[in-house]
Amino acid sequence: MRVVGFFLQFAGWIIVLAAIALLQAAPQTAFALAGFLVQLLGVALAVRSHLIPHGEQE
Amino acid sequence: MTPEVSVLCLLFILLVPFAGAGLAVINAGLGRSRNAAHMMLSSLCVFALAAVVFFVVGFAFQGYPGGPAYEFIIRAKPWNWIAAGHFFLRGLPLDGSPASLLALLGMLSAGLAAIIPLGSGADRWRLGAACLSTTVFAAWTYPLFAHWVWNGWLAQLGFIDAGGAAPIQAVGGITALAVTWVLGPRRGKYTSDRMPMAIPGHNAALVILGCFLVWLGWIGLDCAGAILYAHAEPTSAVLVVVNATLSAAAALLAVAAITRIRFGKPDASLCANGWVSGLVASSAGCAAMPPAAAMIVGLVAGALVTYTVELLELHLTIDDPGGSISVHLFGGVWGILAVAFLAKSPAPAQWLAQLAGVSTLLGFVLPLTYLIVLLLNRISRMRAAPEAERQGLDLHELGAGAYPDFMTHND
Repeated sequence: MRVVGFFLQFAGWIIVLAAIALLQAAPQTAFALAGFLVQLLGVALAVRSHLIPHGEQE
Repeated sequence: MTPEVSVLCLLFILLVPFAGAGLAVINAGLGRSRNAAHMMLSSLCVFALAAVVFFVVGFAFQGYPGGPAYEFIIRAKPWNWIAAGHFFLRGLPLDGSPASLLALLGMLSAGLAAIIPLGSGADRWRLGAACLSTTVFAAWTYPLFAHWVWNGWLAQLGFIDAGGAAPIQAVGGITALAVTWVLGPRRGKYTSDRMPMAIPGHNAALVILGCFLVWLGWIGLDCAGAILYAHAEPTSAVLVVVNATLSAAAALLAVAAITRIRFGKPDASLCANGWVSGLVASSAGCAAMPPAAAMIVGLVAGALVTYTVELLELHLTIDDPGGSISVHLFGGVWGILAVAFLAKSPAPAQWLAQLAGVSTLLGFVLPLTYLIVLLLNRISRMRAAPEAERQGLDLHELGAGAYPDFMTHND
């Protein structure tokens, strides 16, 4: 889950960059926001994978 | 640049170490008394190491406007991605030129950014491991991202960040997050059912003193950045100081009010973190926002730090004794985004440029930093041994405590 999370963050960044570099006007905004949402999903997965399991700490 | 402006910039840059001193004092005060000397020495060591490494290789990658750089071309447009300077500042006359002032500011900024993760790794991060992490940080992560923000492709997009909210604060905060994830929480911080235990800082007076030092350093950082990176007029320094002060004040008052309402009394450590968070959030738009907007930025930053500290500790099991992640990462990102909406005259696609900056932090800097910290942990174990945590890092790593005349409490 951790690897997938970081991969989604990176993939989302590539989508944002591609939108900015290759598109214009409305599609650019839509793709940039979509890429950012993918990144947020990746962050959520990365955070979730780092939660301390129950019973591990004393 | 006239000699008078160069001297003015130099004076502003000379204030920056106060920010480092302030953060060091805050982190020491928020940690345990048996680790106070270790925290102060770690701060000085990483500041020194970052300055040396930045001098040796960092500035060659960061570069300066108009300096040599590598570019790649997309749809016939060149995008600048890394500087191609010389190591050891070779060929750079240290004569008060903008490039030489940028090199000096970069050395101190890298040191300041390197101190930030120490707050989150407090009480358990070995000194040697912190130095190793700082070496890579000052040689690669910081200079590369600083180049993108101030000279490279993000700057070409119109990304606004005069005071370093992204390359200094947010990158420092991301490193703090990666370090916290890899180190894990302090012993005894969480119970077996994942409930956090309170481990209060040992000296609130030291923490509040740090806030004054940080304010002085931030003024220098923001003013120097506004003139050297954002090419603002030297007279705009007054606006920058007013904005930084108002933002910090609004953030502090917001935290004091929220904690007073929620807990019955204002919380000293959270108020201190709120003050710093206001300074962090105002950095990006320090020369581009009117004072009223800076106050709004500060108010939101204060509220943000109050709730994110709780979110991280209670729900995400992230043990961040110094509050570095809440203050520098969340505060920095909020400051970057706020520029798009609260700047005096933002460009039509300003929000897209600011979003690209935040996206790069999440999509490039965070995975890269996490990978680096993970690899460094394999090379040299970052976390102190359980016995060292119990005994205190002062005695275990330095051989002497910060307060030898006082008995310390057992946990």
